[in-house]
Amino acid sequence: MQKALTRGPSFAQRPAGLRPGWLAAGVAAVLVALVAGVSLGPVSLPPGSVAAELLNLLPGVRLDSGLSEREIAIVTELRLPRVVLGLLVGGLLALAGGCYQGVFRNPLADPYLLGVAAGAGLAVTAVISLGAGAGGALTGLPLTIPLAAFVGSLGAVAMTYLLGVAGGRGRSTATLILAGVAVSAFLSAGQTYLLQRNSDSIQQVYSWLLGRLATAGWHDVRLVLPYFLLTTVVVLLHRRELDVLSVGDDEASSLGLHPQRSRYLLIAAASLGTAAAVSASGLIGFVGIIVPHTVRLLAGSSYRVILPLSLLFGGAFLALTDVVARTAAAPAEVPIGVVTALLGGPFFVLVLRTARRVLT
Amino acid sequence: MSAPSADDPSPGAAPAVEVCGLRVSLDGAPILAGVDLTVERGEWVTVIGPNGAGKSTLLRALGGLLPAPGAIRIFGTPSEALRRRERARVVATVAQSPVVPAGMTVFDYVLLGRSPYVPPLGRESAADLAAVRDVLDRLDLGGFGRRELATLSGGERQRVFLARALAQGATLLLLDEPTSALDIGHQQEVLELVDQLRREHGLTVLATMHDLSLAGEYADRMVLLAAGRVAAAGPPRDVLTEDLLATHYRASVRVLPGEHGPLVVPVRPR
Repeated sequence: MQKALTRGPSFAQRPAGLRPGWLAAGVAAVLVALVAGVSLGPVSLPPGSVAAELLNLLPGVRLDSGLSEREIAIVTELRLPRVVLGLLVGGLLALAGGCYQGVFRNPLADPYLLGVAAGAGLAVTAVISLGAGAGGALTGLPLTIPLAAFVGSLGAVAMTYLLGVAGGRGRSTATLILAGVAVSAFLSAGQTYLLQRNSDSIQQVYSWLLGRLATAGWHDVRLVLPYFLLTTVVVLLHRRELDVLSVGDDEASSLGLHPQRSRYLLIAAASLGTAAAVSASGLIGFVGIIVPHTVRLLAGSSYRVILPLSLLFGGAFLALTDVVARTAAAPAEVPIGVVTALLGGPFFVLVLRTARRVLT
Repeated sequence: MSAPSADDPSPGAAPAVEVCGLRVSLDGAPILAGVDLTVERGEWVTVIGPNGAGKSTLLRALGGLLPAPGAIRIFGTPSEALRRRERARVVATVAQSPVVPAGMTVFDYVLLGRSPYVPPLGRESAADLAAVRDVLDRLDLGGFGRRELATLSGGERQRVFLARALAQGATLLLLDEPTSALDIGHQQEVLELVDQLRREHGLTVLATMHDLSLAGEYADRMVLLAAGRVAAAGPPRDVLTEDLLATHYRASVRVLPGEHGPLVVPVRPR
């Protein structure tokens, strides 16, 4: 046996983990997205002043940013909540995507795999089209659509789960994915039918489907935050277990784990987070699949690396994408789901071409 | 290796494995129909048998992957009384073709073997890392730590799979076809390594194998499994007979006396 490799033993023997450099890069990306997201807009503010004003939000900090009262209001009441919501939603979607990819051992898994998108889509379509029929009384309430999306998402995941479990024990990973496909198709058909019957609501439904952070206030942030915290804590605590799960259920069991138990807990946590993200900002595609894979290709394939970095870079990516979405065609807004795919697609191809790691 | 429950399980010197009337059915089809088997501590027992005889099912049941209430005792403890983590510290399995996770380094892969010692949702301790370094050095894998497992050759991989099993600190090693993916030289190398580890660490080995001569050279005892039952058991010369192999494998073979065990040579039927 060749005892090759010139590196000394001490260098060779560290476990995979989040290197400080990558963590710093992730935090820096979030901070850049925060300052850029707050500075750029119809009224451009100097990034330095914005940074000072953001620091002022910390307890015990009192800096002179040189911004007027009105500008400060723009920062704290209009732009900051929107940027923060972008960070939370992007982080949640990327984290949930990375988690699903690990749980299903499938690189194509994304947060919408188990029917979240179709469930939310049908529920929101139903509320908008039926609400329009009821004279707008239903959709007039600020909470109706988010609530419908949330309930629809979780209802769809519950259907998928029941269908998958009925499909048989032991094969549950594959049957769960197939059940997700079936449930998605079923609910999408219902949604299409409703849209067909109520074509006047198509535009409203589509603007929701393509995702938006536009109407975000602190109110939306407060709604998403508890789920964000819950999902993040549960998923990040399982990052080592997801590495063990990568050898398959039998071997993971031999190593002392309960793969099914971990799997269902993680699916529940990731689905809850996704449902919260969807209810706040509609269906934003692409983030949940592209961000974790980019992290995997660049920073390492261990879930101890993928999950925390997906959270940070996913948030930064979506917040920056939102800047493009609201400035590129100002004063009109481009749907953010369109921008994530337009920017993310080419970027991912670039990463695929330059990274040396293997994806699957 | 610290595997307290394996070194000193409650009843003094109970055998490593006791199987008594093990029955397993999968989807209604009986796979094992009453198997009895005992493996003493430190022994190497190899299970042979034609395809579909139930060899892998037997190993899966022993590894706790199939329910077998009341039929299996591991170091004297009823199998179902062992919690998964406890079992993983006592029994280590090397699957027939283990999954090779994309992008995972050899060090991280062997570190997975420490899972039964890592607290739930916790992380590995310095002792776990030291145990992995120790195992890598012992298996001559010290230089491979940073290599990706997927880039290793078949023989090197098999040593890494063994390393993960050793890192578990288990004293009972279940090997499902440990040499099936290897050329003849690497087959010998891996089996010699297993035998050496068995002597050095007092391991008990229960393996399944298809290469009968090779199986006979390394096993203390052999068990011939056919149609879910034990058709023969004993030292290799009692099990590897032309009659038994003709009956249960429907194979035409010559059995020649060898230095370490009978040599089984297939011959064309007349």
